[in-house]
Amino acid sequence: MSESTIAPQQTQTPPQPGDLNDQLIASDFWTDQMLAEAGIPVVDVPFVTFGGGIGSFVTVDYLRICGVPTSAMRVLTPLKTPWESYEYLTTVSQIPRGERLRSDSSSCPDNIWGFPSYAIREALQGDLKQAWNVLVEPIFANYYTPRAGHAFESMEKEMYRIRYPEMVVNGQVRMVRRRVGGGYFTILTPPEGATPTKRIAYRSQWVHVAVGYPGLKFLPDLQRYRNEHNDYSRVVNAYERHEHVYERLHQRPGTVLIRGGGIVASRVLQRLIDDRDQRGLQTQIVHLFRTYVDRPHGTGILKRRKGADGWAYQGFNYPKSVWGGQLKQQVRKSEGEERARLYKEMGGTNTPVRRDWKEQLRRGRSEGWYRVMIGSIEDMRPVGDLVEVTVSTPDQGPHTGTFDAVIDCTGLEADIREHRVLADLLDHSNAQRNPVGRLDVQRNFEVTGAQNGGKIYASGSATLGGPFPGVDTFFGLQIAAQEIADDLIAQGFAQKLGPGRSTSQWWKWVRNKQI
Amino acid sequence: MLPTLSGRIQTRIFLLAVVGSIWTLIITPVLPTEASLAASYGATFSVLLVVLVLGVLWELVYHGIQQFRWEKDWPTLFGLLTAIPEGLLVWFLFAGGAIPWIGSLPGPAFVIHFVSTWLIVWLVANGPMRVPFIHWRINGGRLI
Ligand SMILES: Cc1cc2nc3c(=O)[nH]c(=O)nc-3n(C[C@H](O)[C@H](O)[C@H](O)COP(=O)(O)OP(=O)(O)OC[C@H]3O[C@@H](n4cnc5c(N)ncnc54)[C@H](O)[C@@H]3O)c2cc1C
Repeated sequence: MSESTIAPQQTQTPPQPGDLNDQLIASDFWTDQMLAEAGIPVVDVPFVTFGGGIGSFVTVDYLRICGVPTSAMRVLTPLKTPWESYEYLTTVSQIPRGERLRSDSSSCPDNIWGFPSYAIREALQGDLKQAWNVLVEPIFANYYTPRAGHAFESMEKEMYRIRYPEMVVNGQVRMVRRRVGGGYFTILTPPEGATPTKRIAYRSQWVHVAVGYPGLKFLPDLQRYRNEHNDYSRVVNAYERHEHVYERLHQRPGTVLIRGGGIVASRVLQRLIDDRDQRGLQTQIVHLFRTYVDRPHGTGILKRRKGADGWAYQGFNYPKSVWGGQLKQQVRKSEGEERARLYKEMGGTNTPVRRDWKEQLRRGRSEGWYRVMIGSIEDMRPVGDLVEVTVSTPDQGPHTGTFDAVIDCTGLEADIREHRVLADLLDHSNAQRNPVGRLDVQRNFEVTGAQNGGKIYASGSATLGGPFPGVDTFFGLQIAAQEIADDLIAQGFAQKLGPGRSTSQWWKWVRNKQI
Repeated sequence: MLPTLSGRIQTRIFLLAVVGSIWTLIITPVLPTEASLAASYGATFSVLLVVLVLGVLWELVYHGIQQFRWEKDWPTLFGLLTAIPEGLLVWFLFAGGAIPWIGSLPGPAFVIHFVSTWLIVWLVANGPMRVPFIHWRINGGRLI
């Protein structure tokens, strides 16, 4: 992952003015006096969000539309734009600006109403095919999805409309602690040399945590290979920069092993085959599935997901109705074991059906340059220029083959403890884990157990497993933003978004009128 | 919007009662009903009422069908195509004299009224509805 997607872990440095001291680090509750003694300056602002990615952006967007002034909110982030980290991840995983994402037409992080949706906007600009697509999907067409570039450009417009840059403060958040007397202190480490003190404390009644992925965990075999052979170039994970793999295949023909059955695997395969088709390459592909899905599967006639040729097919990362329909309601009402069961039923790696790559794979199978294996990697070792991989298969024992490159398309998310701030919340702010081990949040997205005359809210991937499954998506982040905003409205921080205000604000959005 | 059962019913009632009524008020005078304006309004509003009442029953059927879909979604196209069975049923009821309080409604007038109302309601449900009711799409189509 990029430097900017994971919080760099600070190392011990000689004391600087305005730094944390042992007393602060050890105390669950801080007084104003303790910060004064440490020489850390305090900035007062009612609402602080940190992370500054898409989760922070949509939350601030919603609150601005609910009438909260820019002076009442601060976004603490190392990012230059809210989509910086996201764009890095989509680009390396083979979705550059011109390619289409994996969320539906009305998942618009630049527009809280989801109307006009991306497809309608494209249609208004003359591409009527897109309107037709949303009319007949998913029955007679694959789901419409927006181009990455379209999403970024529209977010940029909204960013200036709501005067987002005025709220951004650059830096990395080190921790949040509860304040004696109510509220919280959020400790920011600004870029070196930017401020006279090493840290700045933001004193607020509300804190919103939106730090994205706690970190990326690689499968143990990949980790072991790297540790033992110090080779980061032939065995790569698709979430890392790996353009060199495609370039090398351009210079000389080779065989690649792909592992995984999710959207990233299908994107990487498509890239390899596009290169074959467009640049006339002779790349041979071996695709390793751990679980091979050969037919529709599920727990009953009412719960049957499509699947074939190894893949489980699903438009988005969860069944669509988790974002607003029946499944959203069902999970919201569930607790504990029942919730865990619902998550399990809906879970599992899957990828959206798209005609283009299905055609490519069909061609590859019939021409023999795309082959499928079922099993898991037992061992990898470098042999000359190549990597020798031993795969254990369920019915035919171990198989060994040599490859020019291995592209691992599995993405395992690290434990929330890997993220320093989340770990600190667990250790010092009484935050809890939910049934799947992530940060426990309530239906209003407040972090369970952390109330202190104010609230800490959290959204995004760290909160998966809660009463709303679709958290790590554009629309899911907006749903969280709505829950948070409603809760803040009830506490008097923002104005209610009833039909009148909502309509007039929407009209301002249409005219791109700055608020 | 991906509906829950109560969301379906609430949305149906709201849209027909508000959008459907406004549209019926506007269009009835120009329909080829060959009857007085009062009688025409009587007929068109009866159609609206029957679509609404029967609609609640239809929604139960649709909800049942939705259970067979893995995603528990309801594609946009379904919202349009369901006009066909619903329209036919209402027409047969009228033509068969099952709605005793109105005399007759000529076929073309019925078709123009029914189809245009359906289209407008469907269009509003697929976008504009989200503008005043910001919680609607997230609450499975529920308004209360
Ligand atoms: C390859 C890929 C494709 C995806 N495609 C889609 C899609 O098509 N549609 C969709 O709806 N969703 C998609 N998602 C999921 C999701 O919408 C995005 O990941 C989205 O960016 C999540 O937003 P976020 O705010 O939670 O995290 P991010 O946008 O990653 O932002 C979090 C930021 O917090 C910052 N941060 C971390 N620690 C600290 C700290 N201590 N102090 C300050 N800042 C910190 C990091 O720099 C990070 O950039 C995709 C995800 C991936 C990985």
